[in-house]
Amino acid sequence: MSILEDLSANLQRGDFEGVAELTDMAIEENIAPQKILDDGLIAGMSVVGEKFKRHDIFLPDVLLAAKAMYAGMDKLKPLLIRDGIPTIGKVVLGSVQGDLHDIGKNLVGIMLKGAGFEVVDLGNDVAPERFIEAAESEGASVIGMSALLTTTMPVMRKVISLAKEKGVADKYKFIVGGAPLSAEFAKDIGADAYCFDGIKAVESVKSFLGVN
Amino acid sequence: MSEIFDIPASDTMPTRRGVFSALGVPVDSESGRRTAELFDQSINLCAKTAEPIGKQCNVSIEEFEKIYAGEGMNESPAPLEEVFPKADELTLFAVTVGFEVSNNIERLFQQNDFALAACLDAAASEMTERCAAFTQARYRQKLLDDGRLDEESSGILRFSPGYCGWHITAQRRLFETLGPGEIGISLTDSCLMQPLKSISGVIVCGPAETFDFEDTYPFCSECRDHSCRERFKSIKSDSIKFRRIR
Repeated sequence: MSILEDLSANLQRGDFEGVAELTDMAIEENIAPQKILDDGLIAGMSVVGEKFKRHDIFLPDVLLAAKAMYAGMDKLKPLLIRDGIPTIGKVVLGSVQGDLHDIGKNLVGIMLKGAGFEVVDLGNDVAPERFIEAAESEGASVIGMSALLTTTMPVMRKVISLAKEKGVADKYKFIVGGAPLSAEFAKDIGADAYCFDGIKAVESVKSFLGVN
Repeated sequence: MSEIFDIPASDTMPTRRGVFSALGVPVDSESGRRTAELFDQSINLCAKTAEPIGKQCNVSIEEFEKIYAGEGMNESPAPLEEVFPKADELTLFAVTVGFEVSNNIERLFQQNDFALAACLDAAASEMTERCAAFTQARYRQKLLDDGRLDEESSGILRFSPGYCGWHITAQRRLFETLGPGEIGISLTDSCLMQPLKSISGVIVCGPAETFDFEDTYPFCSECRDHSCRERFKSIKSDSIKFRRIR
C-alpha cells in the first residue's frame, strides 16, 4: 500500500494521529502537497461520503474522519499557501438572521472543507446584507444558508432577493438547508439546491463548480 | 403562583436510544459501537456541566388568552387555541440545562472534535426535553397531591411557542409573565432563548377529550416531527390518565 493509500485508509478509520503522522511522512518524501491533498485526504473523504450515502457508516463516523482530515490539512495548509495553490472553490456559509442554531451549518462546513473547498463561516444570526457583502469581498462562488426554524426560513428568500436587487445574483449559486426546509421551498425561493445533509451540499457545490 | 425548582440531573440524563436516534445511528451497527464511546463521553460531560433548573407560574384561562395571542401572528385554527379555553389548570414553564453545556459544544467544535460535539449537542437537546417532561410530571404530581386532579378522565400536555401554529413571537408575553430571567434564560430579538438548550411553554391539564384532535392543520404539512401524534396518544395511556374531582 502506498503512503497516500495508507493516508486515505487512516482517514477513513478516523485515525487523526495516524493521518497527521502519514501527512508528515508524505511531505518528507517530497510528495507534492496538492497530490497529498487530492490522492490522500480528499480521496479518503470521498470514500467516506460514498459509504455514508449507502448507509454503511453514519454521521459520527463521518465526523471522526473529518477530524482526521483536518489533522492532515493543518500540516498541508502552510505548504499549499506557500505554493500559491488555489482552492477548488469558496463557499460563504451562515445560519440566517434570527437563527442561533448552528450545528447543521457547522456540519455542512466541515464536509465542504473535507472535500477541499474553502469555507467562510459567517456564524449564526447572519443578516441578508452580510451574506452578500461577504460573498462579494471573499470572491465566493456559493452562498450557503441554514435555518432550523420555520420563522427564520423567509430570511433565505430575502438574501436571494437582495442579491437580485444588487444585480449580483447570477454570480452565485445558493444552497439552503435545515430541518424544516424542503426541495419545494428551495425551488420556490429561487435557491439552486436544497441540501438535506453535508454530503448533498458537497455534491451540489461540486456540481455547480464543475469539480469531479 | 410562581416557583423556581431544581431539576435532578440524574432524572434527566439523556438516553442512549434518544441520542443514537438523533444522530441516525443504528444501535447494533459497527458505527453504534463507536458512537457508544462518544455517548459515554457526552453523558459524563452532561453530568459535569449541566445545571438543569426550571420555573413555572400558574395562570388563569383569561391571563393565558393574552399570552397565547402574543403579537397576533398565530395560525388559526390551531390546536392550542381550541385546547386552552377548556383547561382545568394552566401553568407556564421554562427549563434550561444552562450555558456550560453549550459552551462545551462550541469548544469541541473549535478543537475539531466534531463527532463528540455533535453527540453532546444531541445529548443536551434530549436532556432539555427530559427537563420539560420532568416539569410536566412534577406539575401533574402536585395537582394529584393537592386533590385537584385524579385518575380517569383528564389529560396533561405541553405546548411551546414556535410549534403547532403558536407563533414564536408569543414568547415575549410568556416571558413577561413567567420571568425566566431568574433562572438565567433570556430572549433574543428574534424570540429565541439563550441558553440555546432551553424550552418554554404552557402545560395544559384538562379533560382528555380536549386533546383529541387530528394533526391535519395546514401548518402540520410543513412539520417533519409529528411527535405530537405520539404525545397525544400518550394522553390515553394509563400512566398519565387522570380524573378530575372538583
